[in-house]
Amino acid sequence: MRLDSLEAVSRGDGPLHRIPAGRKLAAALALVVVIALTPPADPRWYAAAAALLLGLALASRVSPRVLLIRLLLVEPFVLGIAVLSLFQPDGLRVFALILARGTLSLGVMLLLAATTPFADLLDVLRRLRIPSIFITTLALLYRYLFVLLEEVQRMRRARAARTFARSRRLDWRLLGDVAGRLFIRSTERAERIYAAMLARGWR
Amino acid sequence: MHVPDGFLDARTAAATGVLAVAGVAVALDQVRRRLPPRKVPLLGVAAAFVFAAQMLNFPVAGGTSGHLLGGVLAAVLLGPAAAVVALTAVLVVQCLLFGDGGVTALGANVFNMAIVATLGGYAPYRLLRGMLRGDRGRIAAAAFASWCSIVFASIACAGELAASRAVAWNAALPAMAGVHMIIGLGEGMITALVLGAVAAARPDLLDDRSPETSLGWRGFLGFGAVLALGLALFVAPFASPWPDGLERVAEMLGFAHRAGDPHLAAPIPDYALPGIGSPAAATALAGAIGALLVLALSIGLARVLVPASAARKP
Repeated sequence: MRLDSLEAVSRGDGPLHRIPAGRKLAAALALVVVIALTPPADPRWYAAAAALLLGLALASRVSPRVLLIRLLLVEPFVLGIAVLSLFQPDGLRVFALILARGTLSLGVMLLLAATTPFADLLDVLRRLRIPSIFITTLALLYRYLFVLLEEVQRMRRARAARTFARSRRLDWRLLGDVAGRLFIRSTERAERIYAAMLARGWR
Repeated sequence: MHVPDGFLDARTAAATGVLAVAGVAVALDQVRRRLPPRKVPLLGVAAAFVFAAQMLNFPVAGGTSGHLLGGVLAAVLLGPAAAVVALTAVLVVQCLLFGDGGVTALGANVFNMAIVATLGGYAPYRLLRGMLRGDRGRIAAAAFASWCSIVFASIACAGELAASRAVAWNAALPAMAGVHMIIGLGEGMITALVLGAVAAARPDLLDDRSPETSLGWRGFLGFGAVLALGLALFVAPFASPWPDGLERVAEMLGFAHRAGDPHLAAPIPDYALPGIGSPAAATALAGAIGALLVLALSIGLARVLVPASAARKP
């Protein structure tokens, strides 16, 4: 799956896509706060939340495969920290509770991301009077993240085309070289972006 | 180290949220005052770079892998306040777009990984930089500081998990700090290698004297207050009664035997050295020995990475 496929998914059309981003964000946050922060409740309550989430996901007309892959990508991290909760009295109950809360909240956020373009979310943040320099940073980060990831892929391909053998020591060096080269290219790109911004009358 | 939703209770989520907002506000204020306008686009592109660099995995002992966090790397390349802003932007996008790190835990994640890691790493970097000169000094200082940043962030994370009663402190601290003392070595290694590559190709990008590399008194006081509050809220309550108070409770409730299970085979088990009376002093001593060892490794790494001819230049 390509990393930027989410952008295409989030620009799709469906009942959830059509809800204004601000309301959707507020609803998602409220749902996560209720799921994650309220005191432990009846297990049936979590089953109800899961049913609601499932219903929303089906109604959204986002491909279930896309949502499932994204869930499985992040779920190991939830599991990894949740395992630590087993090392205490009544650990199994805490573990199950945390896992249910973590997974349900994750589902809510992934559904939000799959039905809302990032530019719309930024617009909501701008209206919330988040300082403009932070919004600019977020926008540039999102704009250039995929460009840089493709740059990494190009560097890896170029390396694979030229090297035959590798050792462990070389691997570390290589990792550092790829990252260092990527930073230099990012800086040069930022210098060109600044020139382009000035040429278009920024400030 | 990204804490998902559901691990923190409302109290901890709210407290870390307030600390994170305060810390980022101080950072934004510093950036507005000190970052030259031509570096504004660099802030965003460098944030994208940190995000991309976090996807480069490196092998950690035991078949697992870790990835770069990049707090110290960003702080050395952009200055501490800009690094806090860049790391915060990375965490916000990871949370909103990829579900990596929870929304209710966003404050905790920003506090641990953008504020504690960046500033807790940049402080030892500046301290060592005053003592070690030249390119070798920069690389040794940055490698050691990167290790510190990861360990500090993991301790803060363990404190928050324990304060929320999601994980017991005597399981959270050894597991989080122990694993991250190893991951921190990888962080130091990559930071050193990247800085070495940048120093070789674009030495002009590494200027210790540009205005954004230091903090004004507002930044110093603001960040200091945020870090001190975090320490008081999430680490001090456990560090002082631990292990005596907690062990007593454990014995009363009859689960003391669990604390004895080593979760990780360490050369200095339970961070306590035999023959020293106070457990707190022994823990501190064990930590100090570990840190000195990593410092020696960092200086050795710098000698390997920077050739002698380059090291003689000021």
